[in-house]
Amino acid sequence: MFANLRRKYDFTDVLLWLIGGILLIFILYGSIVTLTSGKYTTAQWLNFIVFGLAQGGIYALIALGYTMVYGILGMINFAHGEFFMLGTFGAFFMAEALSATGLLESNWVISILLMLAAAMIVSATVAILAERIAYRPLRRAPRLVPLITAIGVSYFLQYTARGLFGSGVEAFPNVPALAGSIAVGPIKIQNTQVAVFIATAVLLLLLWLFVSKTKVGRAIRSVAEDKDAAALMGVDVDRTIAISFAVGGIMAGAAGVMYGLVFRQVAFYMGFVPGLKAFTAAVLGGIGNLAGAVLGGLILGVIESVGPSLFLEGIGIPAPHQLKDGIAFTVLVLILIFRPTGILGERLSKRA
Amino acid sequence: MRMRTLLLAVFVVAALALTACAPAAQPAAPAAQPTEAAAEATTETTTDAAAVPAGACDDPLGCIEIAAGDPIKIGYALVTAGPNASLGEDSARGIEIAVDDLGGAILGHPVEIVGEDSGCSPEGGQAAATKLASDTSLVGVIGTSCSSEARVGAPILSEVGLSMLSPSNTAPDLTDPEKHVDGYFRTAHNDLVQGAVAADFVFSDLGLTKAATVHDGSLYAVGLATAFADAFQKLGGEIVSQQAVNVGDTDMRPVLTTIAAAGPEFIYYPIFTAEAGFITSQSKEVPGLENVKLMAADGSFSQDFVNAAGDAAMGMYLSSPDFSAFGDAYQDFLKKHDEKYSEAPLSAFHAHAYDAMMIFAAKIQEVAKQDGDTLVIGRKALRDAIAGTTDFKGLTGNLTCSPTGDCADPKIAVYEVTDTEAWNPNVISPMKIYPK
Repeated sequence: MFANLRRKYDFTDVLLWLIGGILLIFILYGSIVTLTSGKYTTAQWLNFIVFGLAQGGIYALIALGYTMVYGILGMINFAHGEFFMLGTFGAFFMAEALSATGLLESNWVISILLMLAAAMIVSATVAILAERIAYRPLRRAPRLVPLITAIGVSYFLQYTARGLFGSGVEAFPNVPALAGSIAVGPIKIQNTQVAVFIATAVLLLLLWLFVSKTKVGRAIRSVAEDKDAAALMGVDVDRTIAISFAVGGIMAGAAGVMYGLVFRQVAFYMGFVPGLKAFTAAVLGGIGNLAGAVLGGLILGVIESVGPSLFLEGIGIPAPHQLKDGIAFTVLVLILIFRPTGILGERLSKRA
Repeated sequence: MRMRTLLLAVFVVAALALTACAPAAQPAAPAAQPTEAAAEATTETTTDAAAVPAGACDDPLGCIEIAAGDPIKIGYALVTAGPNASLGEDSARGIEIAVDDLGGAILGHPVEIVGEDSGCSPEGGQAAATKLASDTSLVGVIGTSCSSEARVGAPILSEVGLSMLSPSNTAPDLTDPEKHVDGYFRTAHNDLVQGAVAADFVFSDLGLTKAATVHDGSLYAVGLATAFADAFQKLGGEIVSQQAVNVGDTDMRPVLTTIAAAGPEFIYYPIFTAEAGFITSQSKEVPGLENVKLMAADGSFSQDFVNAAGDAAMGMYLSSPDFSAFGDAYQDFLKKHDEKYSEAPLSAFHAHAYDAMMIFAAKIQEVAKQDGDTLVIGRKALRDAIAGTTDFKGLTGNLTCSPTGDCADPKIAVYEVTDTEAWNPNVISPMKIYPK
């Protein structure tokens, strides 16, 4: 659609650029007015950014799963948000058990590692099962078929969780050691948010090492490049795809723990919105690109947090935070108009 | 190329889904279209009229005929699943206790309760109302829980001639003369009252003059936040920030930062369990809000809310019906409740639901005619009888219905959360602190 741009400028392109330009001017105008009004202090702007990054870190971890599966199969796994939800439940039950034994208070490091283990095992298991049962039989089917199946899997998992765990909201136990905050310059950052930053960074590093340095990682990249050729070269394609799903599930499980620690609520429907946002983040960063998923997640989180105040408050739009989804998607459309393949826009095979 | 188009299409669908059904918590109820239901009801009415002897049913909206031994069916549309389940469950229990107190029967016919989950959303209210409207043997409906459900549900039920009595709709909009639909009544207070009491409390009792409000776009929250703001400004207070969130939002820190920049002394967020929980717990993490007083309303008056909010809920305020003003009959009710369910009432509107059921029982007895073995209840006659309710002695006070369906004897109190683990209003937590 957009590659034609260089050859000829047709009506659609001009229209899109026009829309993009208008939106951009609107956003810039709103930002300038807000910034010059001096309503917020520097510390408050930094707070917006930190809150956005913490939320974005969770999006990023979920987005990694979307992007891995897309990179390798060219398929959008809409059930990924539910892997995240089930992982959060895994962490929740582990945290409840730890809280009952008192370990949560006495040894929080081990507690969090156990929660991570529980969440990752649950999410990865569900991801592997979903791939084996729902997606593998459809691998040669037209692209839309697995997509619809994924939506079906999503609902299946969501309402299974509702049946198993009830329809109410459960409160995630508090980890006392993470209750406080640390001061960084003019602002205070919650310990839970610091934990999200550290976890996202560590997991991304591990994932990058896994994909680019290990033998299995090389197999993943080769399958992403060309399944048939990889199979001819002796790569077990089915196993490699299952591993990709498992890795995506592990990231979703980690996101579940982070979510539990930061938001302290667990419910069966909680995977839907973060899943959709993470998918958006993956597209924003360039779907199929691991670094892009993380970048997209962080950018989306920050836009959601900063955008309403920065873009809209100055021009006098009331209650701007209700429009944060609208703003996030507007920015997404803008980025796709000017960079159709996303910010980093490359495939898993080329640069992991 | 094609993949990208597909991706874009998927993306647009996803964006639509996000805006349209963010909570995704409502089970879609397979139900007939409202028009179909209405058509069905009309056919039913004509056959009825032909079947019974002339004079047995001269009701313009038709009659419900109940053969000897058949049950009198009362429907309810309450939120019994999802984050706000305790709101509807609490009301359902009030209905059950009322049925027990009636001896399980009205005029010798057993009472059968038909329940539908209404999900605390417009879509859920529509689905539940449509399903109930299609059941032509229903005598009346108790519900809905949330005001937004009634905005769409009430016209559907009104259309087929049913009367509905809501135990917990409080939005002023529903009984606004311009928007009220025939057959809609409520035993719950109007939020013009609740907003005014909350404003009085903050301005006169706490002595605070700068408040911020947050709503979630629902009929209830917008109505109550506005009622509070109007009353607060009338008293001389200043509303420094009026913000809104979405149902399903989880990260409230940005909106709280915006509120903090306006420098309020007090935040009023009359929204529902999940989002109110997030605002409460996250407000402690936003610089500038450490000492700001927090207050939510009856939509969050439940243990589930306190659980969701955690320790941050300690010391915050909740406005809700004033149980201590309810009188002795309410104490008996609490005893029965404790015997039957072994716990304190879950939320705020059990007594209102009990009263709604009792009004139905009294009015059915008033208008029902015996035609041989068959009990004949005129739909319009029942509606008129409920509208004529005057000085009805209920648990919640002496109820008199206004021409637009406001039947409550509104008594509002402000409670303080004094324990974040246990829930037992006026016994453990929350405790009534205003009016003194």
